[in-house]
Formats: sequence, structure tokens, C-alpha cells
Amino acid sequence: MSKTLIVDYGMGNLGSVRRAFEECGADVFISGNPSDISVADHIVLPGVGAFADGMTALNAAGWVDALRRSTTEMIPLLGICLGMQLLADRGFEGGETEGLGLIPGEVRRLEPDSAETRIPHVGWNEVHPRCANPLFSAIAEGTDFYFVHSYHFIPLTADDIAATTPYCGTFVSALNRGTVFGTQFHPEKSSRAGFQVIRNFLAL
Amino acid sequence: MLKTRIIPTLLWKNIGLVKGIAFDSWRRVGTIMPAVKVYNARQVDELIVVDITATLEDRLPDFAEVEEFSAECFVPLTVGGGIRSIEDIKQLLRAGADKVSINSAAYLRPEIINEAAERFGSQCVVASIDARRNPDGTYVCVSHSGTRDTGRLPGEWAAELELRGAGEILITSVELDGTMEGYDLELIRSITERVRIPVIASGGAGNYEHMYAALEVGRAAAVAAASIFHFTEQTPLEAKNYLAARGIPVRSAKVLV
Repeated sequence: MSKTLIVDYGMGNLGSVRRAFEECGADVFISGNPSDISVADHIVLPGVGAFADGMTALNAAGWVDALRRSTTEMIPLLGICLGMQLLADRGFEGGETEGLGLIPGEVRRLEPDSAETRIPHVGWNEVHPRCANPLFSAIAEGTDFYFVHSYHFIPLTADDIAATTPYCGTFVSALNRGTVFGTQFHPEKSSRAGFQVIRNFLAL
Repeated sequence: MLKTRIIPTLLWKNIGLVKGIAFDSWRRVGTIMPAVKVYNARQVDELIVVDITATLEDRLPDFAEVEEFSAECFVPLTVGGGIRSIEDIKQLLRAGADKVSINSAAYLRPEIINEAAERFGSQCVVASIDARRNPDGTYVCVSHSGTRDTGRLPGEWAAELELRGAGEILITSVELDGTMEGYDLELIRSITERVRIPVIASGGAGNYEHMYAALEVGRAAAVAAASIFHFTEQTPLEAKNYLAARGIPVRSAKVLV
């Protein structure tokens, strides 16, 4: 029986994420205990909030080493929103903070590119997959997903970019390195298109 | 391109869905759950659900009820009404809200905005302002469902809320709410000129032209509406078609399967 672990580190909309994954047919369990990774086939790192607080909470509960280990065991991991940002080497929200270091890069504040540009970036915006990525299987180029964030992930290498979105110029809206995935948007709140992303992840 | 959001608002009073005019004469128009289901099926951009009497009656948000309807909602959900503490916000987010709307509590203790932004991130803190127009044309912020004059000026209060960490401002005209006579464009503009965070216009939408004006004249980032969707044949989808024809970027819900 395939099991999807949702990491509970006190940050975020766990209820929304759980319901969406269940709706997509996943056998979900929410856990605050890193040793539960041993029974998981898929791991979801959700999160809303600030980078520094997120890492403090992950460190306190012992998730950092457990998540790093899980990726060497090739268990598919999906970071959502702050969860994606925490995959970076470092972030700058709430002071410079070391991240999980699972995808090389850093997380910085979005810089408005015009007087009309408002931060946070809130609402539905188009996602452009960069070449064929399994996360975007059966999803049309330019489909809108729901975003709500003020910071963005700047990967060290373009090879890890799975999709981009036009705002403040262009920012990286999805990442993939090996079995590690991240979406800056909220698939759990992106209606049918979001469910397709979740199903694609569960199919890995 | 970022799409302009059309947001249905559901006002909720003692579990029933209600509609009022100028924050008074509330009438019951069904229960929350079927409305949430319908909007979810229609893939609306976002939903705002506010328990309008929680603060007046000095009671906590109904977390169990929120959990029940959020389970049927796979679009972004903002929940407001009765929030007094960081613990309330934590519980609402746990129950399935994606964002919380804070109004009266911010006048009593403005630091709640800072604390919520630090703890949960600015992106989930919607600061809600209800404003009343004085006879001389100036505006004042009111709290507790419009029953208390706070003495605050909407523009200044919005700027303070942004500084404290609010991620969005929801601005509602008390007089025009429920009248379907159009948004208060002057009020909306006075807020959008003062802050750099997204502003959601609320109160008074009666047709799609009103929405267009709130966006183009008021410079709002999103429009919220209730009566127009509950009491007329007009729908969020038609609103988008109208706005798209006039050059406003909107999200098409026609996605795959």
C-alpha cells in the first residue's frame, strides 16, 4: 500500500493539503515524527510562513537529516510554497538562514519591476513548463495556478528549473532535481489543474 | 500574466448564509455548505467566508464548521469573523482556511497583524477595513460589523496595516454594501494609492461594469461581491467574460479534463 507522508512541522495549511491529496486517491498520513519516513512512498513538505521560522521548526523536530536521507533513498519529495523554498541552500526571509540544501540555490524577495506591481504576488498566474517534466504531464502550457508569496527561489543551475511564471520579470515556479520536486504555487488550491499536478506526483 | 480575481463573498451568521444592506437587515439565503460546493464546482478564483456576528456576540470562530466546509473547497479560502488571537488564526489555518481576514481585533490590538505575519507569513494575513462615509465626504473606519466608530482614517490605517505585515487589504464600503449601486471608487482609490500590497474592492457591486470601474478607476487588484451572485442571474464566469472583453486579464476555468 502506497503511503503519502505530509510533514507536520507546525507550519501551514495541512488540512487543505491532506484533503486535496485524498481527493487524488492518496493514502495520506500527517506526521510530526521524522522516523515515519521509513513507511512513506511519497513525502509532501507543505508550508506557509517565513523561511527562518520554517527551518527552526524543521530543525527542532529532527526533520532536516531525515529529509536529506530520504532523498538519497530516492523517495519522491514535493515541497509546496514555503516547502519548496526550504529546499534551497539558504533563504533571506527573517535573516539569512541555511536551508535543506536539496536543490542548489537561494530564496530572495521578489523585486517589483514597475510601480503597478504589487507584492505579495497573490492570485492565479500562468505556469510555463520548461521541456517535458513529469510533474506537468497532461497540463497545457500556460495553465493558471494559484500563488501567494513574497519570496522566490533562484536556483544555481537552470537544469533544475521545471517551470517559470511571468511576474517581476520571470521567476521560477517549479523545480525538479532527481526525485525532489517543488512548486511555488499551491496545487492543493489550484482546482483541477492542481489535482493533475498532485496525481502526476503520486504516479512517480 | 497575473489574473484579476473575482471573489464571491459568503456572509455567515449562526450557520446560515445571509445577505444584508448597509450592514443591516440581514436576510437568510441558505446555508454555507451548498454555496461552497457550487462555487468550488465552478472553479471560482477564491472564496471569502465571514462570520459576521462572531465578534459582536463575543464568541470564537466556529472551527468545526470551517473544517466542514473547507473540506469541500479546493480553491483558495479566506475566513474571517471572531478572530481575536494568534491561537484563533492557527486553528483556522488548521481547519482548512488558507488565509484569515482580520478586522475588529486589529483596532483593539494592532500588534496582532505583526505577530500573525511573523508567525504565518504576510501572505495569509488579509486585513479587512470597513469604512463609513461622513456627511462632509470624509471617511472613517468602523469595527464590530459597523457598530463602532474607531476614529481611524481608512488611508492611514491601511498604510499602518501594510507596515505591520498585512499581505492584502479588503476594503468595504459600509453604506454601499448590499445596495448593488456600485463600489465606492473614491474610497478604493484612497487605499490603492497608499499601499503596495494587493487591495480587494468590496461593497456595492451590482453589475460587471461596476467591477470594471473598481479595477480601472479604483486600481483594485481584485473584486469581491456577494449580492450580485446571490440575488441576480449574474455569475463569476460571466463577469470574467465581460472583463476579458474589456481587456482585463482573467483566469479561464476551462482547464483540462
